[in-house]
Formats: sequence, structure tokens, C-alpha cells
Amino acid sequence: MLETLAQVLAKNALITAFAFVGILVWLAYLLSEKLTRGHVHGSAIAIAFGLVLAYIGGKVTGGSQGLADFTLLAGVGVMGGAMFRDFAIVATAFGANIDELKKAGVVGAASIVIGVVLSFVVGALVAVAFGYTDAVAISTIGAGAATYIVGPVTGTALGASSDVIALSVAAGLTKSVLVMIGTPLVASRIGLDNPYSAMIYGGLMGTTSGVAAGLAATDPKLVPYGAMTATFYTGVGCLLAPSVLFLIVRAIL
Amino acid sequence: MVIYGVALLSFCMLVGMFVGDVLGDLIGVKANVGGVGIAMLLLIFLANLSAHRFRLGPITESGIGFWSAMYIPIVVAMAAKQNVIAAVSSGWMAIIAGVAAVAASFVMIPVIARFGQEGRRDA
Repeated sequence: MLETLAQVLAKNALITAFAFVGILVWLAYLLSEKLTRGHVHGSAIAIAFGLVLAYIGGKVTGGSQGLADFTLLAGVGVMGGAMFRDFAIVATAFGANIDELKKAGVVGAASIVIGVVLSFVVGALVAVAFGYTDAVAISTIGAGAATYIVGPVTGTALGASSDVIALSVAAGLTKSVLVMIGTPLVASRIGLDNPYSAMIYGGLMGTTSGVAAGLAATDPKLVPYGAMTATFYTGVGCLLAPSVLFLIVRAIL
Repeated sequence: MVIYGVALLSFCMLVGMFVGDVLGDLIGVKANVGGVGIAMLLLIFLANLSAHRFRLGPITESGIGFWSAMYIPIVVAMAAKQNVIAAVSSGWMAIIAGVAAVAASFVMIPVIARFGQEGRRDA
């Protein structure tokens, strides 16, 4: 009996994931309503649940895919993978207002470059503070503070060692997890309540997954604006970090 | 038909991803440059264009609306497959670098927002 059930769940992995996430979201919204009277967004609780479960999944299975490393929940990996994520993000654009996008166009674009440089500089300074002295390692860790894709791309281009690349990925992961959790907490203090600031937010943060989850937990209406700028960030980071920014770091040292 | 909406959405995403990859190749980076953003712009453009020429029927629209509504559950699944262990167990330097980058970026949001607003008023 149980074995048959497990087989059914594993064979229909994506469908199992839909059911599982549905229950998770339902539970989160129930808690939001009963325990916090709606003060904490249901989606924020659901995302926090997701992260906790991902931690548990990683701890138990030793894998790198969080909950999706459990055979029965492999579908969560598909559902939460880049393909469906990007598809859903594009779909949110359907409700976006063109005028709002135009209004923040130039500032939004500028915020992408500022965001990449800012995160790189901060990451590089932390690397220096921890005793790193060679330009390649400092640049790779700085790039990782931009996103966990910019880090390894930069590290590979510059020929960094694999442990430094691993550190840069970890810095990027920390950033994206923190953006997911932190955004709804600081949203009102940093004025993140309109399309204009959402575009700046997306450009500064840059982590697509962090921005996607952070805005979902804050105000889903802002998602298309933040996602629009965030999606250019990794490309700009991969362009600037191994070239201009690395050369500047090397010149300073 | 619902599939028209889903197909339109798919078309936009594929075009965006393609353009993003080509852009990445052109500027010589190993990443997709703005694929999702380009797809979003294309969808907005087509949806508004069709308002004049051929209207998207409400059922066609629901093919896009469904995926838009699936956004939050998909993001929850995405959170559940993150490598949280790697983020928290790799030592202080990576964590501090990530935290400091986020804190600095958060602080800059109101600064840039205000700067941009003033620039617009002057112009």
C-alpha cells in the first residue's frame, strides 16, 4: 500500500509538487490570518516555510537542492526551477503599466549599474577585511556578493581557485536568501510601495530569485517592475566584474 | 482559447531568452542578458498592440492570468529548493559579504529614488 503510494507520488513528481506546495501555502495563509491577523503576509510565511524546509532537506539528504533532493518531492525542483519561475515572472508583466515602466526607465537602468558596483565593492571590502590580498580572489568574492551566478562566472574567467569560487557562490546564496526574508520586513522603511521604487529595488538587489520572492511577500503587484530590472543585473555583473571592476581592484592593490 | 494565451506567453519567453543569449554572446559574457525583461516588454507590447488590432479574448487572457497567479506558489517551491545549507555553513566571510551587500543595497533604494524624483522635477 504505502509503497504503491510512494510510487504514484514519485512517478507524478510535478503533480505531487503542486499538491504539496498547495498545502504549504494554505497552511501559511491560515497562520497569517489566525496568528498575525494578516499583519505578516501569507506568502512571506510560505516562503519562510520553503526556506526552512530547504534547510532540513539539505541537512537530511546532504544534497544541494533543498527539499527537492527527497525522491518524493523531486517535483518541487521542477516547479521551483528557472523555467517555471521565469515563465511566471513574464506572465506577471501582463498587468504592468507601461507608463510606470517608462517613468523609472533611466533611473532603473542606472540602479542596475550602481547595484552591481555597490555589491562588488562591499563584497571585495569584506574579502580584504578577512585577509585576502590577491586581486583574483577579492574580485571573485566581490562578484559573488552581486549574485551567485556572477561570482563563479567571474572566478572562472579570472582563474580563481575552486574554494574561492565556492565562497563566492555562498555569498550570493546568502544574499538571495536574505533578500527573500528581509524585503517584507524593511519594505515600508525604504519606501518600497510603488512601481518606481520597485524598479530601483530590482536593479540594486539583482538576485532574480531574491527579488521575486521578496516582492511576492511584500506586494505581488510590484513583481513585474522589480523583476524587469533584476533580470538585467546578472548580465551586467558578468560584464563588469571580470573586466573593469577586476582591473580597478588590481590597480589599487 | 486558453492555449492561445499560454502560447503567446511561451512565444514571448522564448524570444526573450533567445535575444538575451545572443546579447550575452555579443558582449562576450557567459550569461543571459535580460532575457526575462525582454520577454516581459514583448508581452506588454503585444498585449497593447492587440487592443487596437485584434482583441485578446477573456479566455485567452486567462491562459496568461493563470501563470501570473501561479507566481507565488512557484516562488515558494523555488525557496524550498534553495541550497540554504551552503549559504549558512560556508563560514562567516561569505555570510558577512552577502549580508553587507544586501544592507548597503537596501539603504541605497530611498537615496536613488529621491535623486531620481528630483531629477524628474528639474526636467
